[in-house]
Parts: sequence; C-alpha cells; structure tokens
Amino acid sequence: MKIDHSLPLEYSTEENRLKILGFWIFLGAEIMLFATLFASYFTLYDRTGSGPTGAEIFHITPVLFETILLLTSSFTIGLGIHAMRLGRKKAMMGFFIVTLLLGLAFLGVEIFEFVTYVHEGAGIQTSAFTSILLTTLGTHGAHVTLGLFWGLYILIQVKRDGLTPETGNKSFIFSLYWHFLDVVWIFIFSFIYLKGMM
Amino acid sequence: MEFFERFAIPHPSFAIYASMVAAGLTLIAIVAGLTYFKKWGYLWREWITTVDHKRIGIMYLISALMMLFRGGVDAIMMRAQLAVPDNTLLDSQHYNEIFTTHGVVMILFMAMPFIIFFMNFVVPLQIGARDVAFPRLNALSFWLFFMGAMLFNISFMVGGSPDAGWTSYFPLADGESVGSHYYMIAIQIAGIGTLMTGINFITTILKMRAPGMTLMKMPMFTWASLITSVIIVFAFPVLTVALAMGTMDLLFGTQFFTLENGGMAMLWANLFWVWGHPEVYILILPAFGIYSEIISTSARRNLYGYKSMVGSMVLISLLSFVVWAHHFFTMGQGAFANSIFSITTMAIAVPTGVKIFNWLLTLWKGKIEFTTPMLYSILFIPLFTLGGVTGVMLAMSAADYQYHNTMFLVAHFHNVIIPGVVFAMLAGLTFYWPKMFGFMLNEKIGKWTAWLLSIGFLLAFMPMYVTGLDGQARRMYTYSESTGFGPLNMVSFVGAAIMAVGFVLIVYNIYYSVRYASRDISADPWDARTLEWATHTPVPEYNFAITPEVASSEALWDVKKKGHVLFKGDYEKIHMPNNSGVPFIMSCIFFAWGFSLVFSLWIPAIITTIGIFICMTLRSFEKDHGHYISVKEIEDTESEMRGA
Ligand code: HEM
Ligand SMILES: [Cu+2]
Repeated sequence: MKIDHSLPLEYSTEENRLKILGFWIFLGAEIMLFATLFASYFTLYDRTGSGPTGAEIFHITPVLFETILLLTSSFTIGLGIHAMRLGRKKAMMGFFIVTLLLGLAFLGVEIFEFVTYVHEGAGIQTSAFTSILLTTLGTHGAHVTLGLFWGLYILIQVKRDGLTPETGNKSFIFSLYWHFLDVVWIFIFSFIYLKGMM
Repeated sequence: MEFFERFAIPHPSFAIYASMVAAGLTLIAIVAGLTYFKKWGYLWREWITTVDHKRIGIMYLISALMMLFRGGVDAIMMRAQLAVPDNTLLDSQHYNEIFTTHGVVMILFMAMPFIIFFMNFVVPLQIGARDVAFPRLNALSFWLFFMGAMLFNISFMVGGSPDAGWTSYFPLADGESVGSHYYMIAIQIAGIGTLMTGINFITTILKMRAPGMTLMKMPMFTWASLITSVIIVFAFPVLTVALAMGTMDLLFGTQFFTLENGGMAMLWANLFWVWGHPEVYILILPAFGIYSEIISTSARRNLYGYKSMVGSMVLISLLSFVVWAHHFFTMGQGAFANSIFSITTMAIAVPTGVKIFNWLLTLWKGKIEFTTPMLYSILFIPLFTLGGVTGVMLAMSAADYQYHNTMFLVAHFHNVIIPGVVFAMLAGLTFYWPKMFGFMLNEKIGKWTAWLLSIGFLLAFMPMYVTGLDGQARRMYTYSESTGFGPLNMVSFVGAAIMAVGFVLIVYNIYYSVRYASRDISADPWDARTLEWATHTPVPEYNFAITPEVASSEALWDVKKKGHVLFKGDYEKIHMPNNSGVPFIMSCIFFAWGFSLVFSLWIPAIITTIGIFICMTLRSFEKDHGHYISVKEIEDTESEMRGA
C-alpha cells in the first residue's frame, strides 16, 4: 500500500479514496431510499382509516429531545474527525464515545416514543398512515442502531491499532454516515412532525 | 401435520411433479459428479471463494443461461396452452403461475445477470484495470443475486409459486399462498446484490481507468455500463422500499396496499413502475453498448457520432425516470397526467432514433464482415425499430384504451426485448467467448441460430399484434373458438417452437465448439479496437502485466494503425485481493433468512438475522490486505503465455 502523506489520513491510499467515493455513491442510494419513504408518507399521511391522525399522536417534547441529541452528536463526531486529522487519538476516541452515547440516548427516546404510540392505539397495523409513519421512523431508527454497533467496532479498532490509514478511513466514512442520518432526521422533524402538528 | 402442510404445493400438477423429479435428479448428478471427480476443493478454491471479476462474470453467465432455459420452458408451455382454443393443457391457476415466473425469471434472473456478466467481464478489461473497485463486494453481489434466484426458483416445489404477474399488483398479490412472499423476498435479496453492483461499477469506472482514458475516451460499452450503474443506484432503492412494504403487508399486517384502513393499491403500482421503467433501460443500454462495439469492429470503422451516442444515453437515462405512469393510462389518472406521460414517453424515441442512425451511418461506409455477432447486430436494427414504432403507438394515451392489457402489449415489449436485449446478449456472448475460453464458437451454427431465432421471433410475436388489436387479452389462459384467435395463436406456437430450436442450437454450438474448435487463436480474433483484446487469452489473473496508456476510445486500433505503444515501462509487483468464503457463506445465510421469512418461521428468521449481523461484524474486524504477485511470477506467466 502506497501512503500519500500529503493527503489527510482518510484519503492517503488508493484504496481509501475508492472507499470514500463508493460510500458517497452508497449515500446517493440511501437518499433515494429515504426519498421513496417520504414520497410514500406524503401519499398516505391523510389516509388514516379508523386510526388516529398525526396531530392526535405527535408530542413535541420527545421529538425536541431527539432532535437536540442527534444534532449534538453530529457536531461531536465532526470534532472527532477533526481530532483524528490532528492525530490526537485520545481526543478522537473521546468524541466518538460521546457521539455514540448521544446516539444511544436518541434511540432510547425513540423507543419510548414508539411505545407511547402503540399505547395510544397507533400500532404499525392500525392504518396506512401509522404503517408508513412507523416504517419511516423505524428505518431511520434501524440505521441509527446499526450505526451504534458500527461506531463501536471502529472505536475498538482505533484503540487496538491506533490511527492508521485504515482506521482513519473507516472513521471518516462512519462520520459521513452519521451526518447523513442527521440530515434525514431534519427532514423527518420538519416534514413529518412539524407539519403534522400544525 | 400443520407444519408440513405449509410447504406442500397448493396447486399440484403432473408438470410440476415431473420437474421436481428432474430437479432432484440433476442435483444428485451434480453432487455425485463433483464427488466422483474430486472437484469439491477445486470448486471451492477457484470459484466459490473467488473475487476475480472474470470468474464472477462467468458465474453470472452460467446462471443467466440456466435461467434462460427455465424461463424458456415457461414460455413454450404458455404458447402451447394458447395454441388452440379451449385448451386444457394447463388450468388457469397454473397458467397464472407460469406467466408470473416467466416474467420475473426472464427480466430479473436472466436478462439482469446477463448484462452484469458483460459488465463484470468486459469493463475492467476495457478500461485497463486489474479488477473492480471492491472485488469482495462484487463476490457478495453475485452470491446474493444467485441465492435470490434460487429462492425464487424453489417456489414451485416448496409452497407454491407467485401468481399475480411479474408486476405483482395488489390486491392480487394478497398472500393466500406463499407465492407472493417468495416474490417479495427473493427479489429483495437479489436486488440488494444488484444495487451493490451499481455502486461498485460507478466507482470502478470513475476511478480506475488507465492513464489517458478521459471520460470522453471511454469505449462505448463502458459508457453504457456507467450510465446503467447510475440508473441502478437511483432506481433500485425504490424497489427495495416497495418490496419491503409489500413484505410487511403480507407478513406483519401493515396497511400499505390493502383496500381498507387507508391502504392504497395504486401506491404499489407507482413505486413498482418508478423502478420498473428505468429497469428496462438498465437492460437495453448495455445492449446498445455491445452493439456499438460489435458494429464498429465488424464494419472496420470507428463508431459514427461518439458524442451523440453518449449524449443520447444520458438523455434516455433521465427520461426513463419520468415516464412510469404510462403504465396506467387507463387506470383513471386524468387527461392531464396522461398527456404529460404520453409526451415524455414519446420523447424517448428521439435519442433512441439518434442511436439507430449512428449505427446505420457506421455501417454506411464500413467494410462489413458478416460474422455471427454482426449478423445479430444487423438483424437487431429493423426488428428493434419495429418494436420502437409500436411503443410509440402505445404511448398515445387515448389509443392505449384499445391496446391496454392485450396481446398487442405483449408483442410490443417482446419486440423490443428480444431483438434489443436477447440478441445483444447472444451477439456479445459469441463475441467475447474466445476471450473467455480461448476458442471461437462455430460460425455456421451461430448464423443458423441467429436466423432461426429471428424467423421464430417474427412468427411468434407478429400474430400477437393482430390478435391483440382484435381484443385477445393478456394473461388469459384460454379463449373460445368463436373469437377466431385460434389459427394465429397456432402460428405463434410454431414460432415459439422454432425459437426453442434456436436456443437448443446454442447449447449444441457450445458442445460442438468445445470438442472441435481450434485452440490456436490469437488474443484478438475479431481484429477489434478496444483494450480488452490487448491482453492475452485466457486473460491472466492480473489482466495487464503493465498498466496500458491510451490515447483514444479505440486504444488497440491506435496500436495497429498509428503505432501507438500501449505498454510502457517495466513490470512491477502487482497487488491483488485475497479470495474469501465470507460472501458465499453470508449469502447462504441470506437464503435461509429469506426462506424462513417466506414461511413465517420466526425463530430461524431471528437466528439467521443474527447470523448476517455476525458476518458483518467479522468483516469489520477482519484484516485482509491482499497479496502481491512478484515480478518473477509476472515474468513467468507472461513468457509462458507468449510462448503458447
Ligand atoms: C423466447 C421466447 C418467448 C416467448 C415465446 C414468450 C412468451 C410469453 C407469453 C406467452 C407471455 C404471457 C402472455 C400472457 O398470457 O400474459 C409472456 C409474458 C412475459 N414475458 Fe415472455 N416470452 C419469451 C421471451 C421473453 C423474454 C426474453 C423476456 C424478458 C427478458 C420476457 C418477458 C416477459 C414478461 C415480463 C412477461 C409478462 C409477464 C406478466 O404478465 O406478468 N419474455 N411471454
Ligand atoms: Cu414503462
């Protein structure tokens, strides 16, 4: 492996550059995936059948919590990558740990929210609206869950191997993923929750 | 007992039992053969665990050919059933299952792997690369596709086949039997593989081209593959979501496409075609690429209008996403929407026409050599144009009320797909065969095949235009004597039978050429123009000992005519990826996962989900940096190949 030291760690080998481009393209596919979910949501959101409407079940408090947690985690992972580029392994790991904890907290609040919905009679089988609502949120939630494991694995590898072109590359790609989840959340927040509560 | 009843087939018939026995015997023969000849180890080391794009390509090819015959038998059965009025060869349920599996198998498990075979085998060679960007992922893509295809194919033996058409419209796909479960889950697994192929090839083509090969100097097939991959990346996630929603409706009682509680069956139709229409361009653009390569090679002339060829492909790819609603002109979407989609659909004829004229102009001043691939390419032009014209007819939304869901439509899409895609695949297969296996296919048998397929095709499908306009509905398992459809359907059957003979001839040709063809051929038997012909035959593991430097889209032609030197410099050690069993194992788990979901076996489903997760975890922690091929080894291989 030829290492080009003039480039940031995550870009420093041929393989790394390929992986980053490949991941961007993957994110393109993810955008289509969420776009399809959103399009389906807009098609179905007033098709509530005998079930509740969005305005009836959405609560602002947990959603605000979720938003703050996820936005903050997007910021901390940015700091983590910055630390990585400066070669400060400890700081980088610290920021990653904070990020993952924030993600975990987000997931906790989301699970609490889902339980509330089900209690209020808005299960996944209730109506087309609840089906698409919980599927869209659930898909995002599943991505976060997967991200938590992924981030944890990377953390372990950084601890084990230090900051190498390989771990640097993995961390950077993970950060792209995490920022992406944040962007998706902003859409969920604005177009599902805010619009639904208005 | 209840447990086992689930796996029984709900609508058994003699044909199904017979094919079960055939499948069982084949399986036993394969296992026995591998054991007897002690080939298990070889199979594992050289093929199952391979990450070499050429071998993965060949595995795609074998799967596609197998599926061609599966889908072909379905086709013959349908045509036999319709050959005479009031026929009772098949009952209505069996007919429904056959047209459904025929459609799915042909489009998703035959045509798709066939074009991906070309992409895999040709693209890295054509751009002067050593492999694709992510060789491991490539292996995973193949095995996921393969397992998805197998899962779909066991449906007629275990639990029952889908019967709601390849479009699987809800509420037809209501899940009374597990057929629709198979549909949703098998296609999902294969589709994920395809999506990763798309990502892989965009990266490969953008990043791994040989020095000197700018975007506008890429050979036409590589361009086609790039654009196809982009369509894949944008279209397949839509299918992923639609299938996931369908699966949830069937398995978990969600209400997406149901008829009560807000569900909306049209949402499925829309999502399906937002993917489905681009899908047909995913198939046709690489076919166009193959024709471009063959036509310029065999007309001994550079392709006319390179830039307009690229431009028209880009335009087609964009338009392909804005026409999907032409599939429901008659389903009450209103005149305004109909007009818009009518116009966008017709607009596709323009760039397609540009391509046709470019091929014609390439031929115009060429010195044409009538090789088998060229024969297919020349037959393609008028036959495909005919299909294009009837396509424009279908695009007229008002007139579509007459054609909709009739045999006219069936005739149209076979008219574009057979001369367009299938002929291209057979032409490309003949063209690239020597590069893969080191000998040519027999030209005489090849030409017979091309003519038989064309004549059979015309006989099989032209009558359908007529009966379709007369009102013979699509997907009807029989019709009465008084309709007068009988004689023309008989002609159709004869045509289909002639096509069947053509397909059998392909197998015979392979057998014949394996036995008798000369092994003493050059690396460039067609006197071709692009890089894939500049390396040895068979192609060494590392493709090119020295990375080529190119100056135009016809790099090898430049060598021949302008004395360009492709390979400069000395051998250097080459980095190659290691083989891996993980893609195969992971895909096997995916198969088990899919099977468990089809039959709602929740505990195995959970276990396999965890299994997949563990594979991903292992992959994350794995340290595999590949290996180097030393200069000495390269020298040895090269001198041996030059000697031979
Ligand atoms: C080789 C000769 C072929 C023959 C004789 C043939 C014949 C037929 C027939 C009779 C039908 C059903 C008509 C109906 O009752 O609805 C059909 C449907 C279909 N065929 Fe073919 N076919 C052939 C090849 C192909 C190929 C190569 C493809 C695609 C690559 C293909 C794709 C389809 C599709 C998508 C359908 C629609 C299935 C549905 O309605 O759900 N066919 N074909
Ligand atoms: Cu279409």
